[in-house]
Amino acid sequence: MTQGLNETNGKANNYADLQTKKEVIVATDVQKWYDNKFHVLRGVSMTVYEGEVVVIMGPSGSGKSTFIRTFNALEAYQKGSINIDGIELSHDLKNIEAIRREVGMVFQQFNLFPHLTILENVTLSPIWVRRYPKKKAEEIAMQLLERVGIAEQARKYPGQLSGGQQQRVAIARALAMQPKVMLFDEPTSALDPEMVREVLDTMKTLAQEGMTMVVVTHEVGFAREVADRIVLMDEGLLIEEADPVEFFNNPKEERTRKFLSQIL
Amino acid sequence: MTNQSVLPESPPSVTTDVVAWVKKNLFDGWFNSLLTVGIGFALIKFLLSFGEWVTTKARWDVIPANLPLFMVGRFPASQYWRAWLIAALLVSVGGLTWGMLTLSKEVEGNHQIGFSRNTLIGIGILAFAIVLLPLPTPNKAMILGILSLALGGCFLGRLGVRKIPIIGGVVAGAWVVSLILVLWLLAGGFGLETVGTDLWNGLLLTIFMALISIGLSFPLGMIFALGRQSSLPIVKFFSVTYIEFFRGLPLVGILFAAQVMLPLILPGDWRIDRVVRAIAGLTIFTSAYLAEAIRGGLQSIPKGQIEAASALGLNTPLSLYLIVMPQALRAVIPAMMNLFLSLFKDTSLLAVVGLVELTGISRNILANPNFLGRFAEVYLFVATIYLICCSAMSQASKQLEANLGVGKR
Repeated sequence: MTQGLNETNGKANNYADLQTKKEVIVATDVQKWYDNKFHVLRGVSMTVYEGEVVVIMGPSGSGKSTFIRTFNALEAYQKGSINIDGIELSHDLKNIEAIRREVGMVFQQFNLFPHLTILENVTLSPIWVRRYPKKKAEEIAMQLLERVGIAEQARKYPGQLSGGQQQRVAIARALAMQPKVMLFDEPTSALDPEMVREVLDTMKTLAQEGMTMVVVTHEVGFAREVADRIVLMDEGLLIEEADPVEFFNNPKEERTRKFLSQIL
Repeated sequence: MTNQSVLPESPPSVTTDVVAWVKKNLFDGWFNSLLTVGIGFALIKFLLSFGEWVTTKARWDVIPANLPLFMVGRFPASQYWRAWLIAALLVSVGGLTWGMLTLSKEVEGNHQIGFSRNTLIGIGILAFAIVLLPLPTPNKAMILGILSLALGGCFLGRLGVRKIPIIGGVVAGAWVVSLILVLWLLAGGFGLETVGTDLWNGLLLTIFMALISIGLSFPLGMIFALGRQSSLPIVKFFSVTYIEFFRGLPLVGILFAAQVMLPLILPGDWRIDRVVRAIAGLTIFTSAYLAEAIRGGLQSIPKGQIEAASALGLNTPLSLYLIVMPQALRAVIPAMMNLFLSLFKDTSLLAVVGLVELTGISRNILANPNFLGRFAEVYLFVATIYLICCSAMSQASKQLEANLGVGKR
């Protein structure tokens, strides 16, 4: 593999380089059953290193959303192990709460709190979880809102904003916790095409600033430009893992080729 | 190709002429016109005969002659000033709440502290009506004084919304302090002459019981609603049993049981006051219904809200307090107001178990040989009082919904 920086996304494109970095998420043979019947995750193992952007793609029903939702205990798993930033994800509530402070999540349906203003949405977690005083929390919040480009909407309510603006607020809200890793569950799937661009740009900037990100998405352009590694999941299994160039141009597995032929 | 303008145009004008409105809404087609004429005729006939009865055949002297009885029953006449003070206190805090609710924080330019023209007209009419009432002059002066307290309270409340950030907490605190003061003024002791609870009668008792029951049943209902959702089996079992049991019994039955059976069950020298028993019965009954209404609200919250709260690191109590309950309660304000209005009027059932509140005192007044047969006058008067109180509560709930932006956000 060529050493040095990747021309497209400016990051190290040597997998070996990355492996000397810290492991943020270590998932080993994660298995999950729905209702004791449906085997939705059939033994998925994945490691995410600090500063990496991992894009998970796959057909619907492949378990990719379920998989990333196990990282912050929104979904439980029955077998295997998950380790986030050194903390073992178990049934222990203390561990779960500690992990949730380090993992930020952005949802497909934004899930902003409609009864609070934008500013209150973003300051909620710093005030109540990190226990910052209100002034400090509001400073952090305004900085983040400026970073995502909606500082002037701070006093409005979510219902008064467009979808793209709401999703950017959701990103700011997740960042307010100063997490170690950000999870994105199909962040642009519920947006109009004109607004997809603004959200993807925000995510790209975030990646360039060095945030560790795991993104479930169908946006091929984003994956090509920003991802360090693309993972294909199908029927609860991890099919292929490769960097964008290899993944799109030279896939090894048959299922990958089939998937690519459908989306490209 | 014709070059049509892309500038927005004004819509075709709609006439707001009264004649046009009447034509469109009342006489639109022969069937509707027939309906209008028929109903109008019946309505006018009814109103005319009712009006005739009200002004000529009815003998209204039963009302002014017994007004103190209706209002405070057998409360000692020398202590009436305490009753006036209670009214003044409750009206002031009510005015504060009114002011707080009607000044919306979100509309930046709308910090109108004064009263709107419609409100002023309404108040003017009310004051005029009070002056016309057949009451002794000092009483009329007191009532007008209390009315001005309401307005002053409203003004203060609006001022408070502008200046004080936690005005909601302040007003809630004011209610708690007022209710404690009301209790002291009613019961006496600590410097005031004691007045036994069986001397608490009339509208005074109705309002007191309703306020306390509403205040207690709300948190109790919330607790049982959350208990029903709980994953702890004992909590869930207890909550479900409580709710289903007390929803399944008639209120009269519960009130009877509270009044009659409680002394039998409790050890001999434990004597619980009758008013306390009544309040307990009303509270338990309403809290079971409230629990279900709130559960409806809890179910209406999208799962994504709770997931987002969890993802942000909020534990269960925090996400309930900050995210779930505010949204759930906003959604079911109409249902809860229904229950509170029912509660207010169900205090009349206590007349059946021997407590003399507004309905009870009416029956006593009707038993007076001087006023034999004045059922219509007395019950119409009592009905009007209930209607006024319930309308006030209903209006307050509408203002609350508008202030919280229900249906808008």
